[in-house]
Amino acid sequence: MSEFFVILISTILVNNFVLAQFLGLCPFMGVSNKLETAIGMAAATTFVLTLAAISSYMVNAWILIPLHLEYLKTIAFILVIAVVVQFTRMFIEKTSPLLYRVLGVFLPLITTNCAVLGVALQNTAKMRTFMESALYGFGAALGFSLVLILFSAMRERLAAADVPTPFRGAAIGMITAGLMSLAFMGFAGLV
Amino acid sequence: MPDWYEITVIELLTQSPLLTALAALVSLSAIFGAVLGYASIKFKIEGNPLVEQVDALLPQTQCGQCGFPGCKPYAESIINGDAINKCPPGGQGTIDAIANLLDVPAPSLDEEHGEESEVRTVAYIREDECIGCTKCIVACPVDAILGAAKLMHTVIADECTGCDLCVEPCPVDCIDMLPIASTMVDWHWQTPEPAESLLIASDRRGEVAA
Amino acid sequence: MNSSLGHKASKQTPQTEQSDRPPGFTSNTVSNNADAIAQTIEVREIHDFHGGIHPPENKRQSTTAPIRDLPLPDQLILPLSQHIGVPAQAIVEVGEQVLKGQLIAEAFGPVSAAVHAPTSGVVTDINEYLIPHSSGMSAPCIVIKPDGEERWISHSGCKDFHDELPQTLLKHIRDAGIAGMGGAGFPSAIKLHPQQKIDTLIINAAECEPYITADDMLMREHAEEIITGIQILAHILGEPESVLIGIEDNKSEAWDALSAQLHNSNIELIEIPTKYPSGGEKQLIEILTGTQVPSGKLPAELGIVCLNVGTAFAIKQAVCEGIPLISRITTVTGKACAQAGNYRVLIGTPVSHVLSATGVDEAQCSRLVMGGPMMGFTLPDTAVPLIKTTNCILAPDQSELPTNDFAQACIRCGLCAEACPASLLPQQLYWYGRSQNHERLEAHNLFDCIECGACSYVCPSNIPLVQYYRASKGEIRQHEKDKIIADRARQRFETHQQRIEKEAQEKIARREARRAAALAKQNASTEKVSGSTSNSSSENTSESSPENSSNNSTTDSGQSDLVKAAMARLQNTQTSPEQQRQKLERALSAAQSKLQRYEKQLANPDSTDDPRTADQNNTLLAKIEGARLQHQDINARLDALPAQQGPSEDDV
Repeated sequence: MSEFFVILISTILVNNFVLAQFLGLCPFMGVSNKLETAIGMAAATTFVLTLAAISSYMVNAWILIPLHLEYLKTIAFILVIAVVVQFTRMFIEKTSPLLYRVLGVFLPLITTNCAVLGVALQNTAKMRTFMESALYGFGAALGFSLVLILFSAMRERLAAADVPTPFRGAAIGMITAGLMSLAFMGFAGLV
Repeated sequence: MPDWYEITVIELLTQSPLLTALAALVSLSAIFGAVLGYASIKFKIEGNPLVEQVDALLPQTQCGQCGFPGCKPYAESIINGDAINKCPPGGQGTIDAIANLLDVPAPSLDEEHGEESEVRTVAYIREDECIGCTKCIVACPVDAILGAAKLMHTVIADECTGCDLCVEPCPVDCIDMLPIASTMVDWHWQTPEPAESLLIASDRRGEVAA
Repeated sequence: MNSSLGHKASKQTPQTEQSDRPPGFTSNTVSNNADAIAQTIEVREIHDFHGGIHPPENKRQSTTAPIRDLPLPDQLILPLSQHIGVPAQAIVEVGEQVLKGQLIAEAFGPVSAAVHAPTSGVVTDINEYLIPHSSGMSAPCIVIKPDGEERWISHSGCKDFHDELPQTLLKHIRDAGIAGMGGAGFPSAIKLHPQQKIDTLIINAAECEPYITADDMLMREHAEEIITGIQILAHILGEPESVLIGIEDNKSEAWDALSAQLHNSNIELIEIPTKYPSGGEKQLIEILTGTQVPSGKLPAELGIVCLNVGTAFAIKQAVCEGIPLISRITTVTGKACAQAGNYRVLIGTPVSHVLSATGVDEAQCSRLVMGGPMMGFTLPDTAVPLIKTTNCILAPDQSELPTNDFAQACIRCGLCAEACPASLLPQQLYWYGRSQNHERLEAHNLFDCIECGACSYVCPSNIPLVQYYRASKGEIRQHEKDKIIADRARQRFETHQQRIEKEAQEKIARREARRAAALAKQNASTEKVSGSTSNSSSENTSESSPENSSNNSTTDSGQSDLVKAAMARLQNTQTSPEQQRQKLERALSAAQSKLQRYEKQLANPDSTDDPRTADQNNTLLAKIEGARLQHQDINARLDALPAQQGPSEDDV
């Protein structure tokens, strides 16, 4: 049981996908202008990441390995992720048209979110069990959500702040992200 | 079907890696395709509720300065990708609000469609000159003009949106757009000038240059 | 943060024995119950509110002299709206002679307050005059030129208010035009008529704002009347369990004066630490009761009513003597004022008159403030009058209140958040106010801001924070108003569109019907012609028109049919679909029967001797054709009806 807890802590804080492994930076910078949007994006990514981790494990363990097709895993995982993302996209379009519109291109782009493929590939590379894979995916998603929401809250305040002209917009965002990453370095050695 | 046939197919599949891979991917795709097909039926959407939300942000003057016959058609057009800076009565405030809703950068007002006026206006009919032609009544998008043929017309000031659509049709030009005088009731404090916004020397230069 | 130090105190032993207590967190309770004479000690906990500041008090300048009267001014300007709510309505006319205390403008609606003539004289004008408002705008005022005779209108109060019903007393208060004297000016009669049961009456004698001493001097000189006023208030509110007077500990003389009057009453006089803004309604309630009034709620919802000590005095005068609110105590102070002190001024006295009478050197004065230095506003002009809520006129010189400090950048020190008595985040509100993010402003409870100015006071960058909040509040309110207007316009526009659409459809329907009828007529006549040619070959082919004219009966009936149909159509257009349907059905059955009748006539000729002539035959055939067409037309329209559209093309 404790190992599951360790997996969660390490994926959320220590090896945070965004701030420690620098994966999934595009949505991190792209949809962090508004807190509400960021929360929507975080929820969508959490759903996709967890589901993708589980289904890619299943595809890998039940189809690719028995058929000795491990060399196809990248393409198979991309297929899995694309399906999950497409499903999420339809679901969001139905339930929250505003969120759908606001997320815009970043919603289908979850497909190419390196964090999602990264989780699936790491799971197979490290020969994780089903439970471990699912938790790893879920933890990565929680970590992503955490930093995305924190970052968007900061950016919302920055938008109103008196930032010198050369630093306005993306520049101050990058600096903030860098400082956040430094702060998350502090978690190294926690587990 | 004879047994040997089945055996041959499976053998063929297992022995030829290319065919195995092909079969695996095709079957995977087929399954996922079925899932998505089901989802697209399940999550089918009708209409676009966003139109209502955008419409709620528009000032509802129904003035047509955006080039659409009323605010709702413009809201529909915005949802279909039209520019959000075509509404002079709403001005920058409305543009910012829509930009915020749709999370797009807020452009400045498109001068082509008119300028944002500082004061709200209301139509006023010089009643002595009115000949009772009812042309303004027809033009008014919000039915704020009262009157009948060959009788004097008057504007219900509270309902007038100040769209000035009635001015043009009037054959004797007896309609004026009067600014609404600000009263104690709608007076409010003004935001002070942020003096410290010129803190950074380069900003100050930029401001001066601009 | 709720420091709650119960402290023993009694009338005879005021502050001296409290040396071991931390200054500022003590409470003296004087209770003169029957056993209080026997030195029974009561303990009441007092609490602290978040934040607050300690600005220099500057109260001594105006407390050295007793309350003085001012000479009568040349004219009195009485705004019709000196309170929060609907302006009063003038009931006098220009040129009318009025007596002192005469009602000159009556309350309009429940949230309103009457205005009375402060002295006898003549009404010289009723017009727009500059009023003391931060907008610097004009509003309707009644101008009275005093005749100097000070003739009173006959007035009398209740002998013993204990015998009166609360409603009667409330009426006295309402008739006297009393509005909150602390600054806000909310009509007192409304406040004293709450929906809930009141268990705590709080009298606000804190007077926390620097410079202002009007309430202090009033308590020193009119303690007895104030206590009577409080008893009246308690009587009106159904004798609440606790009646508390909250007074800051810098007013020892007023405290002495009040405690000397607390004979056998259950009024508790509670000394609270001097801290700005302890005199804010919600802050005082928290100090005295320890309960915070939740955001968006009124104290009355918690069973608490809070009134100013000046209001209590005015209520006593109104109830016991029948004197309406025509004068008040106002502090005139500041370094530019030679005779600083408290003055009994008539409501409506122009500020310029007050200034000259009190020796204010306007050249020295950096700016003229109505109200205190924290919450007051700069007067745009000295012509404005004093009103019911004017508790202070401050004439500071440049050293006291420097003009327009240069605002610098916010350094995010957070002092404002520490000072805020409403526990808000002033700095965040400032940023959102600047970027006009109304959504966030409301999420950060902007509307709980009491505009006390504590944040601006502590701000090391001199940022006029309160002005940002006031502006933002105004913008949000304006936005909400605009929204209501826009919603109404949207509704009207939509109904307008629907109406236009309906009219257009009806027009099409009418046009189609007309065309159908015309076609039917044409068909009928051509049919007739063809019928005549086929039936009687011997007859010459003739034009339909001469035939029509020759056969009067045919044309008549045909025309009348058409007219009828037209009438029916016209009526149809004006009635609801159900009625239309019924009408059409009736018309249909009529047409059917007509058709049958004609056909019968044609099939078995009458038993009359003379055989039918060809003409008659033709007529009959034409009639049949006409009826058939009518039938078809009605049928088509009936079909088209449920779809709410005009008749389809197949009706011809």
